Amino acid sequence: MTPATSLTGPRPRHLLDFQGWTPERLNALLDNADTMAQVLDRPVKKVPALQGLTVCTAFFENSTRTRTSFELAARRMSADVMTFAAGSSSVSKGESLRDTMEVLTAYKVDAYIVRHHAAGAAHLVARYSGKPVINAGDGRRAHPTQALLDAYTIRQEYGSLEGKRVAIIGDVRHSRVARSNAELLPKLGAEVVLCGPATLLPRDLAALPGVTVTSDPREAVRGAHAVMALRLQQERMNGGFLASLQEYADTYQVNEALMQHAESGAIVLHPGPMNRDLEISSDAADGKRSRILKQVENGQAVRMSVLYHLLVGRE
Amino acid sequence: MSAPKATILTADEVRRAMTRIAHEIIERNKGAENLALIGIHTRGIPLAERLAAKLSELEGVDIPTGMLDITLYRDDLSEVAHQPIIRETQVPFDLGQRRVILVDDVLYTGRTVRAALDALIDLGRPVGIQLAVLVDRGHRELPIRADYVGKNLPTASSEVVKVKLHETDGVDSVELWDLEDLK
Repeated sequence: MTPATSLTGPRPRHLLDFQGWTPERLNALLDNADTMAQVLDRPVKKVPALQGLTVCTAFFENSTRTRTSFELAARRMSADVMTFAAGSSSVSKGESLRDTMEVLTAYKVDAYIVRHHAAGAAHLVARYSGKPVINAGDGRRAHPTQALLDAYTIRQEYGSLEGKRVAIIGDVRHSRVARSNAELLPKLGAEVVLCGPATLLPRDLAALPGVTVTSDPREAVRGAHAVMALRLQQERMNGGFLASLQEYADTYQVNEALMQHAESGAIVLHPGPMNRDLEISSDAADGKRSRILKQVENGQAVRMSVLYHLLVGRE
Repeated sequence: MSAPKATILTADEVRRAMTRIAHEIIERNKGAENLALIGIHTRGIPLAERLAAKLSELEGVDIPTGMLDITLYRDDLSEVAHQPIIRETQVPFDLGQRRVILVDDVLYTGRTVRAALDALIDLGRPVGIQLAVLVDRGHRELPIRADYVGKNLPTASSEVVKVKLHETDGVDSVELWDLEDLK
Protein backbone atom coordinates (compact mmCIF):
# COMPACT_ATOMS: atom_id res chain seq x y z
CA MET A 1 0.00 0.00 0.00
CA THR A 2 1.28 3.45 -0.86
CA PRO A 3 1.88 5.56 2.25
CA ALA A 4 -0.90 8.03 2.93
CA THR A 5 -0.12 11.65 2.25
CA SER A 6 -1.74 14.70 3.77
CA LEU A 7 -4.07 16.43 1.36
CA THR A 8 -4.00 20.09 0.58
CA GLY A 9 -6.63 22.34 -0.97
CA PRO A 10 -10.39 22.30 -0.56
CA ARG A 11 -12.14 18.96 -0.59
CA PRO A 12 -14.39 18.53 -3.64
CA ARG A 13 -18.02 18.42 -2.58
CA HIS A 14 -19.17 16.13 -5.40
CA LEU A 15 -17.83 13.60 -7.88
CA LEU A 16 -19.60 14.67 -11.08
CA ASP A 17 -16.51 14.43 -13.28
CA PHE A 18 -12.88 15.16 -12.46
CA GLN A 19 -13.11 18.94 -12.45
CA GLY A 20 -11.56 20.16 -9.18
CA TRP A 21 -9.99 16.79 -8.38
CA THR A 22 -6.22 17.14 -8.18
CA PRO A 23 -3.87 14.24 -9.03
CA GLU A 24 -2.80 14.26 -5.36
CA ARG A 25 -6.38 13.76 -4.19
CA LEU A 26 -7.13 11.17 -6.88
CA ASN A 27 -4.06 9.18 -5.86
CA ALA A 28 -5.10 9.39 -2.20
CA LEU A 29 -8.52 8.09 -3.18
CA LEU A 30 -6.90 5.14 -4.98
CA ASP A 31 -4.57 4.56 -2.00
CA ASN A 32 -7.57 4.35 0.30
CA ALA A 33 -9.21 1.88 -2.10
CA ASP A 34 -6.37 -0.49 -1.12
CA THR A 35 -7.57 -0.30 2.47
CA MET A 36 -11.17 -0.85 1.39
CA ALA A 37 -10.08 -3.89 -0.66
CA GLN A 38 -8.47 -5.28 2.51
CA VAL A 39 -11.78 -4.81 4.33
CA LEU A 40 -13.53 -6.82 1.59
CA ASP A 41 -11.05 -9.68 2.11
CA ARG A 42 -11.86 -10.01 5.80
CA PRO A 43 -14.38 -12.28 7.53
CA VAL A 44 -16.29 -9.12 8.56
CA LYS A 45 -16.57 -7.13 5.32
CA LYS A 46 -17.81 -3.99 6.96
CA VAL A 47 -16.55 -0.90 8.78
CA PRO A 48 -18.61 1.64 10.75
CA ALA A 49 -17.24 4.76 9.03
CA LEU A 50 -20.60 5.90 7.59
CA GLN A 51 -22.80 4.69 10.44
CA GLY A 52 -25.88 6.89 10.80
CA LEU A 53 -25.71 8.31 7.27
CA THR A 54 -28.23 7.59 4.52
CA VAL A 55 -27.17 7.24 0.91
CA CYS A 56 -29.76 7.36 -1.86
CA THR A 57 -29.16 5.59 -5.15
CA ALA A 58 -31.31 7.57 -7.60
CA PHE A 59 -31.22 5.65 -10.87
CA PHE A 60 -33.22 7.27 -13.65
CA GLU A 61 -31.72 4.81 -16.13
CA ASN A 62 -31.51 1.02 -15.90
CA SER A 63 -28.43 -0.45 -14.32
CA THR A 64 -27.81 -3.54 -12.29
CA ARG A 65 -24.10 -3.83 -11.77
CA THR A 66 -23.33 -0.17 -11.06
CA ARG A 67 -26.28 0.22 -8.70
CA THR A 68 -25.49 -3.04 -6.90
CA SER A 69 -21.84 -2.11 -6.61
CA PHE A 70 -22.69 1.30 -5.11
CA GLU A 71 -25.28 -0.14 -2.74
CA LEU A 72 -22.92 -2.80 -1.48
CA ALA A 73 -20.14 -0.22 -1.13
CA ALA A 74 -22.40 2.02 0.98
CA ARG A 75 -23.55 -0.91 3.12
CA ARG A 76 -19.96 -2.11 3.63
CA MET A 77 -19.34 1.35 5.11
CA SER A 78 -22.42 0.91 7.38
CA ALA A 79 -24.55 3.57 5.65
CA ASP A 80 -28.28 3.07 5.26
CA VAL A 81 -29.24 2.81 1.60
CA MET A 82 -32.41 4.12 0.04
CA THR A 83 -33.05 2.87 -3.47
CA PHE A 84 -34.96 5.10 -5.83
CA ALA A 85 -35.84 3.58 -9.19
CA ALA A 86 -37.33 6.09 -11.61
CA GLY A 87 -39.34 3.48 -13.49
CA SER A 88 -41.56 2.85 -10.46
CA SER A 89 -41.66 6.43 -9.20
CA SER A 90 -43.58 9.63 -9.83
CA VAL A 91 -41.02 10.51 -12.51
CA SER A 92 -42.97 8.15 -14.75
CA LYS A 93 -46.06 10.30 -13.96
CA GLY A 94 -44.34 13.45 -15.15
CA GLU A 95 -42.73 14.79 -11.99
CA SER A 96 -39.67 16.95 -12.69
CA LEU A 97 -36.18 16.01 -11.56
CA ARG A 98 -36.10 19.06 -9.30
CA ASP A 99 -39.38 18.14 -7.57
CA THR A 100 -38.24 14.55 -7.18
CA MET A 101 -35.01 15.69 -5.54
CA GLU A 102 -36.89 17.94 -3.13
CA VAL A 103 -39.00 14.98 -2.04
CA LEU A 104 -35.90 12.83 -1.53
CA THR A 105 -34.21 15.63 0.41
CA ALA A 106 -37.16 15.67 2.82
CA TYR A 107 -36.16 12.11 3.75
CA LYS A 108 -32.88 13.49 5.20
CA VAL A 109 -30.63 11.82 2.66
CA ASP A 110 -26.90 12.53 3.23
CA ALA A 111 -25.62 11.76 -0.28
CA TYR A 112 -26.95 10.93 -3.72
CA ILE A 113 -25.68 8.52 -6.31
CA VAL A 114 -27.29 9.50 -9.58
CA ARG A 115 -27.57 7.81 -12.94
CA HIS A 116 -29.48 9.56 -15.68
CA HIS A 117 -29.80 9.29 -19.46
CA ALA A 118 -29.31 13.05 -19.83
CA ALA A 119 -25.84 14.58 -19.77
CA GLY A 120 -25.57 17.09 -16.92
CA ALA A 121 -28.37 15.58 -14.82
CA ALA A 122 -25.99 14.85 -11.95
CA HIS A 123 -24.91 18.53 -11.98
CA LEU A 124 -28.56 19.54 -11.72
CA VAL A 125 -29.08 17.23 -8.74
CA ALA A 126 -25.96 18.67 -7.11
CA ARG A 127 -27.46 22.15 -7.46
CA TYR A 128 -30.75 21.19 -5.80
CA SER A 129 -29.79 18.53 -3.25
CA GLY A 130 -27.43 20.51 -0.99
CA LYS A 131 -25.65 17.20 -0.34
CA PRO A 132 -22.74 15.40 -1.98
CA VAL A 133 -23.62 13.85 -5.35
CA ILE A 134 -21.78 11.04 -7.09
CA ASN A 135 -22.35 10.73 -10.81
CA ALA A 136 -23.03 7.09 -11.65
CA GLY A 137 -23.30 7.88 -15.37
CA ASP A 138 -25.00 10.76 -17.15
CA GLY A 139 -25.79 10.31 -20.81
CA ARG A 140 -22.67 10.06 -22.92
CA ARG A 141 -20.84 12.56 -20.75
CA ALA A 142 -19.21 10.97 -17.71
CA HIS A 143 -18.97 7.86 -15.55
CA PRO A 144 -16.24 8.84 -13.12
CA THR A 145 -16.32 5.85 -10.75
CA GLN A 146 -15.94 3.46 -13.70
CA ALA A 147 -12.86 5.41 -14.81
CA LEU A 148 -11.51 5.34 -11.24
CA LEU A 149 -11.90 1.59 -11.00
CA ASP A 150 -10.23 1.22 -14.41
CA ALA A 151 -7.33 3.37 -13.20
CA TYR A 152 -7.17 1.39 -9.97
CA THR A 153 -7.06 -1.91 -11.87
CA ILE A 154 -4.23 -0.69 -14.09
CA ARG A 155 -2.37 0.73 -11.10
CA GLN A 156 -2.78 -2.57 -9.28
CA GLU A 157 -1.03 -4.26 -12.22
CA TYR A 158 1.84 -1.82 -12.71
CA GLY A 159 2.09 0.03 -9.39
CA SER A 160 1.52 3.39 -11.07
CA LEU A 161 -0.22 5.00 -14.02
CA GLU A 162 2.82 7.13 -14.74
CA GLY A 163 4.10 6.55 -18.28
CA LYS A 164 1.54 3.86 -19.08
CA ARG A 165 -0.22 3.73 -22.44
CA VAL A 166 -3.89 2.81 -22.42
CA ALA A 167 -5.74 2.02 -25.67
CA ILE A 168 -9.52 2.39 -25.58
CA ILE A 169 -11.13 0.78 -28.59
CA GLY A 170 -14.68 0.79 -29.91
CA ASP A 171 -17.75 2.99 -29.76
CA VAL A 172 -16.05 6.07 -28.34
CA ARG A 173 -18.81 8.38 -29.55
CA HIS A 174 -21.46 6.93 -27.25
CA SER A 175 -19.16 6.03 -24.36
CA ARG A 176 -19.16 8.01 -21.11
CA VAL A 177 -16.58 5.51 -19.87
CA ALA A 178 -14.17 6.53 -22.64
CA ARG A 179 -14.69 10.22 -21.92
CA SER A 180 -14.14 9.83 -18.19
CA ASN A 181 -11.03 7.74 -18.76
CA ALA A 182 -9.73 10.30 -21.25
CA GLU A 183 -10.15 12.93 -18.55
CA LEU A 184 -8.78 10.90 -15.62
CA LEU A 185 -5.90 8.76 -16.87
CA PRO A 186 -3.72 11.63 -18.19
CA LYS A 187 -4.19 13.40 -14.81
CA LEU A 188 -2.53 10.35 -13.27
CA GLY A 189 0.32 10.36 -15.80
CA ALA A 190 -0.95 7.88 -18.40
CA GLU A 191 -1.27 8.36 -22.14
CA VAL A 192 -4.66 7.53 -23.68
CA VAL A 193 -5.27 6.43 -27.27
CA LEU A 194 -8.90 6.43 -28.38
CA CYS A 195 -9.63 4.19 -31.35
CA GLY A 196 -12.70 3.33 -33.39
CA PRO A 197 -14.25 3.71 -36.82
CA ALA A 198 -14.32 7.35 -37.92
CA THR A 199 -18.10 7.49 -37.47
CA LEU A 200 -17.76 6.52 -33.80
CA LEU A 201 -14.67 8.61 -33.02
CA PRO A 202 -15.25 12.27 -32.13
CA ARG A 203 -12.00 13.95 -33.22
CA ASP A 204 -12.45 16.80 -30.72
CA LEU A 205 -11.37 14.45 -27.94
CA ALA A 206 -7.83 14.66 -29.32
CA ALA A 207 -7.71 18.19 -27.90
CA LEU A 208 -7.68 16.76 -24.35
CA PRO A 209 -4.20 16.73 -22.81
CA GLY A 210 -2.53 13.32 -23.02
CA VAL A 211 -5.10 11.97 -25.50
CA THR A 212 -4.65 10.95 -29.14
CA VAL A 213 -7.15 9.40 -31.54
CA THR A 214 -6.73 6.94 -34.37
CA SER A 215 -8.86 4.65 -36.47
CA ASP A 216 -6.09 2.09 -36.73
CA PRO A 217 -6.41 -0.49 -33.92
CA ARG A 218 -2.89 -1.86 -34.43
CA GLU A 219 -1.46 1.61 -34.06
CA ALA A 220 -3.61 2.13 -30.96
CA VAL A 221 -2.39 -0.96 -29.13
CA ARG A 222 1.27 -0.63 -30.12
CA GLY A 223 3.17 -0.25 -26.84
CA ALA A 224 -0.05 -0.31 -24.84
CA HIS A 225 0.05 -1.59 -21.26
CA ALA A 226 -3.74 -1.89 -21.07
CA VAL A 227 -6.32 -2.32 -23.83
CA MET A 228 -9.94 -1.54 -23.07
CA ALA A 229 -12.73 -2.73 -25.34
CA LEU A 230 -15.87 -0.61 -25.26
CA ARG A 231 -19.35 -2.03 -25.56
CA LEU A 232 -20.80 -1.45 -29.02
CA GLN A 233 -24.05 0.28 -28.08
CA GLN A 234 -26.25 -1.47 -30.60
CA GLU A 235 -29.32 0.34 -29.27
CA ARG A 236 -27.75 3.55 -30.58
CA MET A 237 -26.64 2.17 -33.94
CA ASN A 238 -29.65 3.31 -35.95
CA GLY A 239 -27.80 6.38 -37.26
CA GLY A 240 -25.89 4.57 -39.99
CA PHE A 241 -22.68 4.53 -37.99
CA LEU A 242 -21.58 1.09 -39.21
CA ALA A 243 -21.78 -0.75 -42.51
CA SER A 244 -22.16 -4.08 -40.70
CA LEU A 245 -21.47 -5.58 -37.31
CA GLN A 246 -19.30 -8.27 -38.90
CA GLU A 247 -17.12 -5.67 -40.58
CA TYR A 248 -16.81 -3.85 -37.26
CA ALA A 249 -15.83 -7.06 -35.46
CA ASP A 250 -13.31 -7.97 -38.16
CA THR A 251 -11.50 -4.66 -37.73
CA TYR A 252 -12.01 -3.44 -34.17
CA GLN A 253 -12.55 -6.52 -32.05
CA VAL A 254 -10.12 -6.82 -29.15
CA ASN A 255 -8.78 -10.35 -29.48
CA GLU A 256 -5.56 -12.27 -29.00
CA ALA A 257 -4.39 -11.44 -32.53
CA LEU A 258 -4.70 -7.71 -31.86
CA MET A 259 -3.11 -8.06 -28.40
CA GLN A 260 0.04 -9.46 -30.03
CA HIS A 261 0.79 -5.85 -31.05
CA ALA A 262 0.57 -4.59 -27.45
CA GLU A 263 3.23 -4.81 -24.72
CA SER A 264 3.94 -8.43 -23.82
CA GLY A 265 2.24 -8.24 -20.41
CA ALA A 266 -0.58 -5.96 -21.50
CA ILE A 267 -3.93 -6.48 -19.78
CA VAL A 268 -7.45 -6.49 -21.25
CA LEU A 269 -10.25 -4.42 -19.73
CA HIS A 270 -13.95 -4.01 -20.50
CA PRO A 271 -16.45 -1.89 -18.56
CA GLY A 272 -19.26 -4.41 -19.22
CA PRO A 273 -21.70 -5.64 -20.12
CA MET A 274 -19.89 -7.39 -22.97
CA ASN A 275 -21.07 -8.29 -26.43
CA ARG A 276 -18.94 -11.40 -26.73
CA ASP A 277 -17.41 -12.04 -30.12
CA LEU A 278 -18.42 -8.57 -31.28
CA GLU A 279 -16.22 -5.93 -29.60
CA ILE A 280 -14.25 -8.56 -27.66
CA SER A 281 -13.45 -12.19 -28.38
CA SER A 282 -14.01 -14.88 -25.78
CA ASP A 283 -10.30 -15.72 -25.79
CA ALA A 284 -9.48 -12.13 -24.81
CA ALA A 285 -12.37 -11.84 -22.35
CA ASP A 286 -11.53 -15.06 -20.53
CA GLY A 287 -7.78 -15.32 -21.17
CA LYS A 288 -4.91 -14.76 -18.79
CA ARG A 289 -4.57 -11.11 -19.80
CA SER A 290 -8.16 -10.37 -18.84
CA ARG A 291 -8.79 -8.26 -15.74
CA ILE A 292 -12.50 -7.83 -16.44
CA LEU A 293 -13.71 -9.61 -13.32
CA LYS A 294 -11.01 -7.83 -11.33
CA GLN A 295 -12.56 -4.55 -12.52
CA VAL A 296 -15.92 -5.63 -11.12
CA GLU A 297 -14.31 -6.62 -7.81
CA ASN A 298 -12.31 -3.39 -7.62
CA GLY A 299 -15.45 -1.34 -8.29
CA GLN A 300 -16.70 -1.94 -4.79
CA ALA A 301 -13.46 -0.91 -3.06
CA VAL A 302 -13.11 2.19 -5.24
CA ARG A 303 -16.71 3.24 -4.57
CA MET A 304 -16.20 2.74 -0.83
CA SER A 305 -13.21 5.05 -1.08
CA VAL A 306 -15.23 7.65 -3.02
CA LEU A 307 -17.94 7.60 -0.34
CA TYR A 308 -15.28 7.96 2.34
CA HIS A 309 -13.70 10.94 0.60
CA LEU A 310 -16.98 12.77 0.12
CA LEU A 311 -18.75 11.97 3.37
CA VAL A 312 -16.11 11.66 6.08
CA GLY A 313 -14.42 14.58 7.79
CA ARG A 314 -15.25 18.11 8.81
CA GLU A 315 -17.27 20.21 6.39
CA MET B 1 10.56 29.42 21.30
CA SER B 2 8.26 27.49 23.66
CA ALA B 3 9.46 24.52 25.64
CA PRO B 4 7.84 21.60 27.51
CA LYS B 5 6.73 22.15 31.10
CA ALA B 6 8.52 19.00 32.11
CA THR B 7 10.34 16.00 30.73
CA ILE B 8 8.45 13.07 32.19
CA LEU B 9 10.61 10.24 30.84
CA THR B 10 14.11 10.37 29.40
CA ALA B 11 15.36 7.89 26.81
CA ASP B 12 16.74 5.65 29.58
CA GLU B 13 13.48 5.80 31.48
CA VAL B 14 11.49 4.90 28.35
CA ARG B 15 13.76 1.89 27.88
CA ARG B 16 13.36 0.83 31.50
CA ALA B 17 9.58 1.26 31.36
CA MET B 18 9.36 -0.96 28.29
CA THR B 19 11.57 -3.59 29.92
CA ARG B 20 9.38 -3.56 33.00
CA ILE B 21 6.24 -3.95 30.88
CA ALA B 22 7.86 -6.91 29.08
CA HIS B 23 8.53 -8.61 32.43
CA GLU B 24 4.96 -7.94 33.56
CA ILE B 25 3.61 -9.44 30.34
CA ILE B 26 5.64 -12.61 30.88
CA GLU B 27 4.59 -12.86 34.50
CA ARG B 28 0.91 -12.35 33.81
CA ASN B 29 0.80 -14.70 30.82
CA LYS B 30 3.15 -17.25 32.40
CA GLY B 31 5.58 -16.92 29.49
CA ALA B 32 5.28 -15.54 25.99
CA GLU B 33 3.88 -18.53 24.08
CA ASN B 34 0.99 -17.69 21.74
CA LEU B 35 1.26 -13.97 22.37
CA ALA B 36 1.04 -11.35 19.61
CA LEU B 37 1.61 -7.63 19.77
CA ILE B 38 -0.40 -5.14 17.73
CA GLY B 39 0.58 -1.49 17.69
CA ILE B 40 -1.95 1.27 17.11
CA HIS B 41 -0.83 3.90 14.60
CA THR B 42 1.42 5.81 14.89
CA ARG B 43 3.70 5.39 17.88
CA GLY B 44 2.08 2.20 19.12
CA ILE B 45 3.76 0.37 16.26
CA PRO B 46 7.42 0.93 17.21
CA LEU B 47 6.52 0.37 20.87
CA ALA B 48 4.96 -3.00 19.93
CA GLU B 49 8.07 -3.92 17.96
CA ARG B 50 10.32 -3.00 20.88
CA LEU B 51 8.23 -5.07 23.28
CA ALA B 52 8.28 -8.02 20.88
CA ALA B 53 12.08 -7.83 20.64
CA LYS B 54 12.41 -7.67 24.42
CA LEU B 55 10.02 -10.59 24.95
CA SER B 56 11.91 -12.65 22.37
CA GLU B 57 15.18 -11.84 24.12
CA LEU B 58 13.80 -12.80 27.52
CA GLU B 59 11.82 -15.88 26.54
CA GLY B 60 13.54 -17.10 23.37
CA VAL B 61 10.35 -17.21 21.30
CA ASP B 62 9.35 -15.22 18.22
CA ILE B 63 6.44 -12.89 18.91
CA PRO B 64 4.49 -11.83 15.80
CA THR B 65 3.63 -8.14 15.52
CA GLY B 66 1.01 -6.25 13.57
CA MET B 67 -0.19 -2.71 12.99
CA LEU B 68 -3.69 -1.36 13.34
CA ASP B 69 -5.25 1.79 11.93
CA ILE B 70 -8.45 2.74 13.72
CA THR B 71 -9.57 5.61 11.46
CA LEU B 72 -12.58 3.79 9.97
CA TYR B 73 -13.73 2.91 13.50
CA ARG B 74 -13.49 6.32 15.15
CA ASP B 75 -16.69 7.72 16.69
CA ASP B 76 -15.64 11.29 15.84
CA LEU B 77 -14.88 10.92 12.12
CA SER B 78 -17.03 13.90 11.24
CA GLU B 79 -15.04 16.16 13.58
CA VAL B 80 -11.53 14.82 13.75
CA ALA B 81 -10.10 16.31 10.57
CA HIS B 82 -10.97 17.87 7.29
CA GLN B 83 -10.09 14.60 5.56
CA PRO B 84 -8.99 11.83 7.92
CA ILE B 85 -6.11 9.87 6.43
CA ILE B 86 -6.33 6.10 6.48
CA ARG B 87 -3.11 4.26 7.20
CA GLU B 88 -2.10 0.65 6.93
CA THR B 89 -3.57 -2.22 8.91
CA GLN B 90 -1.47 -5.35 8.79
CA VAL B 91 -2.10 -8.38 10.96
CA PRO B 92 -0.23 -11.19 9.18
CA PHE B 93 -1.12 -14.01 11.58
CA ASP B 94 -4.19 -15.90 12.72
CA LEU B 95 -5.72 -14.05 15.67
CA GLY B 96 -7.76 -17.07 16.71
CA GLN B 97 -4.80 -18.82 18.33
CA ARG B 98 -3.30 -15.77 20.00
CA ARG B 99 -3.56 -13.66 23.10
CA VAL B 100 -3.16 -10.16 21.69
CA ILE B 101 -1.54 -7.25 23.45
CA LEU B 102 -2.65 -3.93 21.99
CA VAL B 103 0.04 -1.31 22.32
CA ASP B 104 -0.30 2.48 22.25
CA ASP B 105 1.78 5.40 23.42
CA VAL B 106 -0.78 7.37 25.48
CA LEU B 107 -4.05 6.27 27.07
CA TYR B 108 -6.36 9.28 27.45
CA THR B 109 -10.14 9.24 26.87
CA GLY B 110 -10.22 5.56 25.92
CA ARG B 111 -11.93 6.22 22.60
CA THR B 112 -8.94 5.16 20.51
CA VAL B 113 -8.77 1.87 22.41
CA ARG B 114 -12.52 1.36 21.97
CA ALA B 115 -12.10 1.82 18.22
CA ALA B 116 -9.07 -0.49 18.22
CA LEU B 117 -11.03 -3.22 20.01
CA ASP B 118 -13.78 -3.01 17.39
CA ALA B 119 -11.26 -3.04 14.54
CA LEU B 120 -9.38 -5.97 16.03
CA ILE B 121 -12.47 -8.08 16.65
CA ASP B 122 -13.54 -7.54 13.02
CA LEU B 123 -10.24 -9.14 11.98
CA GLY B 124 -10.78 -12.29 14.03
CA ARG B 125 -11.44 -13.60 17.51
CA PRO B 126 -8.34 -13.56 19.67
CA VAL B 127 -8.10 -15.79 22.75
CA GLY B 128 -7.87 -12.57 24.76
CA ILE B 129 -6.89 -8.92 24.44
CA GLN B 130 -4.72 -6.95 26.84
CA LEU B 131 -3.64 -3.33 26.67
CA ALA B 132 -0.16 -1.88 27.16
CA VAL B 133 0.55 1.86 27.11
CA LEU B 134 3.66 3.88 27.74
CA VAL B 135 1.73 6.68 29.52
CA ASP B 136 -1.70 6.73 31.17
CA ARG B 137 -2.71 10.37 31.55
CA GLY B 138 -6.24 9.83 32.89
CA HIS B 139 -9.43 11.63 31.79
CA ARG B 140 -11.19 8.45 30.69
CA GLU B 141 -14.56 8.86 28.93
CA LEU B 142 -15.13 5.11 28.60
CA PRO B 143 -14.75 2.22 31.08
CA ILE B 144 -11.35 1.13 29.75
CA ARG B 145 -8.13 0.54 31.67
CA ALA B 146 -4.67 -0.59 30.69
CA ASP B 147 -3.14 -3.88 31.84
CA TYR B 148 0.41 -2.57 31.57
CA VAL B 149 1.41 1.07 32.11
CA GLY B 150 4.89 2.52 31.74
CA LYS B 151 4.07 5.73 33.62
CA ASN B 152 0.90 6.92 35.33
CA LEU B 153 0.79 10.66 34.78
CA PRO B 154 -2.06 12.74 36.27
CA THR B 155 -2.62 15.63 33.87
CA ALA B 156 -4.92 18.57 33.34
CA SER B 157 -7.12 18.76 30.23
CA SER B 158 -5.20 21.88 29.27
CA GLU B 159 -1.99 19.84 29.02
CA VAL B 160 -0.61 17.71 26.21
CA VAL B 161 1.56 14.63 26.58
CA LYS B 162 4.05 14.31 23.73
CA VAL B 163 5.69 10.94 23.26
CA LYS B 164 8.75 11.00 21.02
CA LEU B 165 10.29 7.78 19.77
CA HIS B 166 13.53 7.20 17.97
CA GLU B 167 11.78 5.49 15.03
CA THR B 168 9.35 8.37 14.37
CA ASP B 169 10.98 11.41 15.97
CA GLY B 170 14.69 10.61 16.16
CA VAL B 171 14.72 10.67 19.97
CA ASP B 172 13.08 8.86 22.91
CA SER B 173 11.31 11.03 25.48
CA VAL B 174 7.97 11.85 27.07
CA GLU B 175 7.22 15.53 27.57
CA LEU B 176 4.41 17.46 29.21
CA TRP B 177 3.31 20.65 27.42
CA ASP B 178 0.73 23.33 27.96
CA LEU B 179 -1.75 23.22 25.10
CA GLU B 180 -1.44 26.99 24.77
CA ASP B 181 2.29 26.72 24.14
CA LEU B 182 1.71 24.37 21.21
CA LYS B 183 -0.69 26.71 19.40
